[in-house]
Amino acid sequence: MTMNAVWLKVEGGRVVPALQEALEALDMAGGEVLLDFSLVDRIDATAIRAMEKLAAKAREKAGKVVLRGVHVDVYKVLKLTKLAPRLTFLS
Amino acid sequence: MAENVSELSVDRIAYLEGLVSQARTAAAVFTQYTQEDVDRIVKPMVLAGLEQAHYLARLAFEETRLGVLEDKVMKNMVATEFVYNYIRDKRTVGPIREFPESGLVEIAEPMGVIFSLTPITNPTATVLFKCIMAIKTRNAVIFGPHPAASRCCQEAMKIMYEAAVKHGAPEGVFTCLESPTLQDNAWLMHHKDVALIDATGGRGVVKAAYSSGKPALGVGAGNTPVYLEKSANLDMAVVDIITSKTFDNGTICASEQTVVIDDEIYDLVLQKFAELGAHICSQKEAAILARAVIDPETGNARPMAIGQKATDIARVVGLSVPPNTKLLIAPIQGVGREHPLSVEKLFPLLAVYRARSVDEALKVCLDVNHLGGRGHTAVVFSNNDEVIRKFGETVDAGRIIVNSPGSIGALGGIYNDMVPTFSFGCGTGGGNSTTDNVSVYHYLNIKRMAWRTPTHMWYRVPNQIYFNRNAVENLGQFPSRSTIIVTNPALEQFGLVEIVRRHLPPGTLVHVTAIPDAEPNTKIVMQGLEALNLYKADQIVALGGGSVMDAAKIMRLKYESPDADLEELGAPFLDIRKRVVRFPAAKIGHVRLIAISTTSGTGSEVTPFAVLSDKGRKVTLVDYSLSPDVAIIDPQFVMSMPKGLTADTGIDCLTHALEAGVSVYASPYTDSHAMQAIRMVFQYLPIAYEHPHDEDARTMMHNAACIAALAFSNASVGVNHSLAHAFGARFHVAHGRANALLLPHVIAYNAAVPTKFMPSPHQRAYTAHKTYARMADMLGLGGQTIEDKVKNLVAAIERLLDQVGIPRSIADLGISKEEFELAVPELARVAFDDPSWRTNPRMPLLSELAELLWKAYYGRAIQVTASERELTYDNECCVAQS
Repeated sequence: MTMNAVWLKVEGGRVVPALQEALEALDMAGGEVLLDFSLVDRIDATAIRAMEKLAAKAREKAGKVVLRGVHVDVYKVLKLTKLAPRLTFLS
Repeated sequence: MAENVSELSVDRIAYLEGLVSQARTAAAVFTQYTQEDVDRIVKPMVLAGLEQAHYLARLAFEETRLGVLEDKVMKNMVATEFVYNYIRDKRTVGPIREFPESGLVEIAEPMGVIFSLTPITNPTATVLFKCIMAIKTRNAVIFGPHPAASRCCQEAMKIMYEAAVKHGAPEGVFTCLESPTLQDNAWLMHHKDVALIDATGGRGVVKAAYSSGKPALGVGAGNTPVYLEKSANLDMAVVDIITSKTFDNGTICASEQTVVIDDEIYDLVLQKFAELGAHICSQKEAAILARAVIDPETGNARPMAIGQKATDIARVVGLSVPPNTKLLIAPIQGVGREHPLSVEKLFPLLAVYRARSVDEALKVCLDVNHLGGRGHTAVVFSNNDEVIRKFGETVDAGRIIVNSPGSIGALGGIYNDMVPTFSFGCGTGGGNSTTDNVSVYHYLNIKRMAWRTPTHMWYRVPNQIYFNRNAVENLGQFPSRSTIIVTNPALEQFGLVEIVRRHLPPGTLVHVTAIPDAEPNTKIVMQGLEALNLYKADQIVALGGGSVMDAAKIMRLKYESPDADLEELGAPFLDIRKRVVRFPAAKIGHVRLIAISTTSGTGSEVTPFAVLSDKGRKVTLVDYSLSPDVAIIDPQFVMSMPKGLTADTGIDCLTHALEAGVSVYASPYTDSHAMQAIRMVFQYLPIAYEHPHDEDARTMMHNAACIAALAFSNASVGVNHSLAHAFGARFHVAHGRANALLLPHVIAYNAAVPTKFMPSPHQRAYTAHKTYARMADMLGLGGQTIEDKVKNLVAAIERLLDQVGIPRSIADLGISKEEFELAVPELARVAFDDPSWRTNPRMPLLSELAELLWKAYYGRAIQVTASERELTYDNECCVAQS
């Protein structure tokens, strides 16, 4: 079985567009999106909403959202918003 | 409550869920903000609130029809400017306070989503206040306004929200229920993502908040008593009370409700009230008012009167009052349901009571206080400090306002330095969790990081120790007018007392107190004390073994501090520095205590310990004030020790050194003594035992005993001593011998991986097995691994015990298995209650103590064959090599 994989490097100031791009990729091909969050040290409510949509899309497409290099402060936000269990984290 | 929630429609639940979700996200995002981020947001919010203070006051006034517009403007300004003044420099993000000397750091953590209920009486001011607090602490708030103040609260929140978001606050940080209902409140109070309920309002709201099972700040109704005492500045008091009670038409729950006035000034005070615009009601008018404004069913004030002007209330109830009347004053004759006007009245109606004495006044104030106002606010006007203090001690109020207005005073920051607030904690009396003026710290989880703080250690020994042959000659350098020699009859017979007497300075009045050679009891101590008093002694020379020296230590204690309660001083303790009972510091004089030991084991000549038999039980006294001032270690006093005593005391000395060496209180200071003593015992005990007249061996063993005692005086002992104390007392076995029977087993036990580690901040790792290995190395016992070395140490001790003729098992003492079996549970319990093991490296379980006793019963931790002395070690007892 093959799986499509999309890899995106997320810039600190462009979290929402990157998540949108990932959403579109998932929507088109399913599979797995890997987002490199190592340059993101803060996220806002808009990004949280975008992430929720992305996680929902992954579920719908039986896909997976993988975040790499997530800063601990951002990880805490994802835990508090209960998004963390819907995502996969790579260090 | 659940029934109410079930009435919510699906759409309404989705709406409420959306509010929570939005707030949860905002709160989560907010956790990333720094103190600087937060402070950058708060200031423009405050300015926006100040800018709109009048506008919001007008909205509140028009919507609620309560209070006074001008006062509401003031409230909004206090809620912004005064609150900001208090919090502007407060740290509320991350580390907020550090205590380097204690190794403590406090870290502020936001709570998350706060569901905040706001009252009709102070709607906009409360919203402004809570918004500022929430941003300062990085929390998100869902407001649940009083339904009759919903629009003004929405607008206040909107102004705050826009200012906050404009300067970087997370989206959704504030939301406000539209068309709020009790069902909405109930649903939100039970939502799992709501972290805190902050309920400011009436009794029902507060009760619902606390009943929800959520953490809550519920602050509600009061019933403020005022005591106007005859020494008060009456003009100031009257103006303050009018100012306060008429402020926003009395809607602040801290406002004055009943003024209790001393009889002597009662008429004058009422006259002053009247002169300044108060209408003093007649009894008939008071009755009319009571019927009109108090609901006889509930006993509470009717809503129609709340926040209304005095003239309006008078008009409605049919009283004729001058048009400039600002306050109605109604005399009452008591407090309670039968006196309706004694309850809380959030409108400009004040009850007054004539008190015939301070005592009566305080009681009436307390009655008012307890009639729905416990924990809230109370006011006293007086210039008598004693009265003020008594009032403060008597009333149950979180805020006791002195010589200033109740409502404005309680708000804080205006008439006093209390924390500015719009939420008054009422303590347990009001069903609240705090008596504080609620502020930023109540919106934070304060986390405390505590660094390991090894407490200081000590090394305390007598300041003079004289040793080696003829050390007793040093007695001559201690001038004394009257000396008591405490000894036992045998030593007197052997002529040892005479040696001491000979070396005391000429002219010393000497009296000998001979006591039995047994553990001292209270009677013996009191007899010695009589002698000390009779001869007005300034010096005690204790000549003997442990019992004599213990007796002398206690005699001196009682002589210097006659009120010392020996039983109380023997109370158990865990840490000598934190003990409950302190030894007396005040002494009626100092008596020098010189200890001359006649055995080579106990080391009592330098230790801070003394054991007393009192009322059939042992009392162990421990304090450095018990330590002798001078110790004389002269071998001529031990040359005639019999072999058995030489062996027992020598092994006692070895046990002291071994236990001090592995103690959790061991230090480099005590280690040096412990190691040296061990080396000396192994080298000289066999010689002293086999050749009792070998003076060198006797000298070295005598010194070894003292050196080991210097170690255990500071590092203490361990499990071996606990067990030996219990076993020795029960079966009348000499202390040193009891120690010897247990020693190999205890070493194996301590060297094993503990079932329970002993809590000890001084220790960085479990090191007992390594310490034993170092002891083995010092003795040159060989071995490659720690395990081998521990085995070799145990084997060496076994050999030493054999050499000095110590029985090798409890069974060998002739104690039957049946008798021992019966005794073991009690022995284990007594040993566990013995304080000696508190410094043992391994915390013993009762079962382990019993097991050690059984091992000692059967004997030998290392099986030594008679022919080859080959070692077979019980590996279960040995620690894995680390």
